[in-house]
Amino acid sequence: MKRRSLLAGAASLALARPVFAQTRAPTRVLFWHAMNGALGDALNRLIARFNKRQSAVEVVGVFKGGYPETLTAAIAAWRAGQAPHLVQVFDVGTGSMIAAGQAVKDLWQLVRETGAPIRPENYIAAVRGYYSLPDGRMASMPFNSSTAVMWYNQDAFEKAGLDPAKPPATWPELVAAAKVLKAKKVTKYVVTTSWPTWVHFEQFAAIHNLPYASEAGGFKGLDARLLIDAPAFVANLQRLLDMAKAGTFKYAGRDNLPDPVFYSGQAAITFNSSAARGALVKTAKFRFADAYLPYDPNVIKRPINSIIGGASLWTMTAPGRTQQEYEAVAAFLSFLGEPAQDAEWAAATGYVPVTFAGSDLLKRQGFFAKNPGTELPILQLKRLPVTDNSRGIRLGGMPELRVVIEEEWEKALGGQQDAGQALRTAVARGNAVLRNFQRAMGG
Amino acid sequence: MERRTIFGGRLLPAALVLPQVAVTVVFFLLPAAEAIYSSVTATDAFGLHTRFAGWSNFAALFADNAYLGALARTAVFCGAVTVLSMALGLVLAVFADREIRGRAIYRTLLIWPYAVAPAVAAALWMFVMHPEIGILGRLLNRAGLHWDYTLNGAQAMGLVVVASAWTQVSYNFVFFLAGLQSIPRAVIEAARMDGAKGVRRFRTIVLPLLMPTTFFLLIVNLVYAAFETFGAIMALTRGGPGQATETLVVKVYRDGVVNLDLSGSSAQSAILMLLVIGLAALQFRFLGRRTVV
Repeated sequence: MKRRSLLAGAASLALARPVFAQTRAPTRVLFWHAMNGALGDALNRLIARFNKRQSAVEVVGVFKGGYPETLTAAIAAWRAGQAPHLVQVFDVGTGSMIAAGQAVKDLWQLVRETGAPIRPENYIAAVRGYYSLPDGRMASMPFNSSTAVMWYNQDAFEKAGLDPAKPPATWPELVAAAKVLKAKKVTKYVVTTSWPTWVHFEQFAAIHNLPYASEAGGFKGLDARLLIDAPAFVANLQRLLDMAKAGTFKYAGRDNLPDPVFYSGQAAITFNSSAARGALVKTAKFRFADAYLPYDPNVIKRPINSIIGGASLWTMTAPGRTQQEYEAVAAFLSFLGEPAQDAEWAAATGYVPVTFAGSDLLKRQGFFAKNPGTELPILQLKRLPVTDNSRGIRLGGMPELRVVIEEEWEKALGGQQDAGQALRTAVARGNAVLRNFQRAMGG
Repeated sequence: MERRTIFGGRLLPAALVLPQVAVTVVFFLLPAAEAIYSSVTATDAFGLHTRFAGWSNFAALFADNAYLGALARTAVFCGAVTVLSMALGLVLAVFADREIRGRAIYRTLLIWPYAVAPAVAAALWMFVMHPEIGILGRLLNRAGLHWDYTLNGAQAMGLVVVASAWTQVSYNFVFFLAGLQSIPRAVIEAARMDGAKGVRRFRTIVLPLLMPTTFFLLIVNLVYAAFETFGAIMALTRGGPGQATETLVVKVYRDGVVNLDLSGSSAQSAILMLLVIGLAALQFRFLGRRTVV
């Protein structure tokens, strides 16, 4: 009996040995993101650089899939008490994350608790506003932000007799140019668009200073209602439907499904993220350029800033997470906010530099001069003034709202309804989604 | 003569059954219980504000036109897939039952498609039928038919039905063939000697004797069409255009994963579970009576 317990004691000591033999291991930060391909490579470079530079923190980046899958995984992990330290959540998930309460640690809170040098005034207004609470405190860390621009095929313009250096600036000019392009039959389709709702509803509202939803686009409360059945939106959608009927606009699907239509040269004009530059540089067999989003002069004389897309980084809580771990997260976030890292990330990916210092650094390096068209998205984001209508949109269930609008648009394209009916139905269905979210939040 | 295995004590049988029971509990019973619990609460994505909601989630579903539309669409979809795949399966089985050369080859080739996963089958059909990049799709458009299932709801539904039924035809083929071969030759011969023609023989003798098989396949096909077609639909149309191919199971995914509305999605899952239980109960009740399938 004694010998057995002695053996058992020795065995347990042997197992416990590693704990005593270990020196201070670096604090591990688990970072779930949705960047793959070239974007993933650029992110891994940043992470490796941070890990090499110091030995107190080790960041482990994990690609979790697309944005919706990453968010769902993070929520499920939090419910199981195993949330990652950092998660990259897309722009339309901001509403859900802000309402997440104790599941996340807002950036301002992290900064206050750890003293990290992350200040709101370092960030350009359009970026800062999107991820801040109404009183200006930042909720999440901006990281990869893009905006929507118009891309056009300069070779096609030239073949049709249009000036490739002067893209249409207003919607009437665009419609006229489209007619010319169609008449000359230069490309298979004339105008198409990626991210139909992001560009033609969310961005359209922002640059025209129109409210997308009440309560300052949802920033001020959960009882926001959609306002996209206003005459300006109806006229814009009707214009696109008329163009579709005239053969000058091709609806090629939701989200980024339509990307290949422009990349392959089948369309002369498209609307897409500024981050499409990366793919175009690699694959386009024609001269291309970006341009400001066209505006409707009947609605506004001088368009204001567009809003950002992309994603931001959120700090998540977990039972037993220590102050040391939060400090490690803050150290990594401060690193990402450095001008050098911000500038390199923007240059490598086509996302815009989110800090003033990063933007200035790129300018000093001559990046904008060497790569024409790269400064345009930043200039479009910096247009003033930033109003309640152009700060961004913060609504719960935003992914579903986009699908609802796309469905009504598709039904209108099929001839089942006109723009007015489509948008009124979309507003009714969308408001039901918003009320559901409000009810789930206990509001 | 019944064969029975007699165990000495209770421990060994329990241990042998334990793995299966554990799998069933962990992967079926526990998630089902969680779903039922979720369906009677109103909750947010993170589970921080959870309130008991009674039947209100279910009531909201049946008051929602979108859900009722999905119900109707699913009924149409299941019916179409079942009828198409069973009819084709039966026709092919009848032909493959004949005394022809290369019978074994035909049978093997007809069974192959069952091995293709539904999502892969959908991708194959996409490469054939896509209006821009599909072989047949481009041909149809060049011939003047306006084929674009990304915009035309009826075409999308048709394509999704065909893509889903395609793999299931093989499954039905196998069972119908077995059923046909279990019909005693003496009965067919007797009918032939009495002067019954082929179609008459088929209608009055073969079909009635195939009834158990047919009923079994009906239930299996309905369950397949309702649940296992999720991959096919998501790969082809994602429920679009404009909800035209959004069946109940696609709607559960959309509401639960995309929209993070866990209460509503769980309520929909609970209703789907009841439907399947009903179908299975029906199957057991009717087939349990027959001793020969």
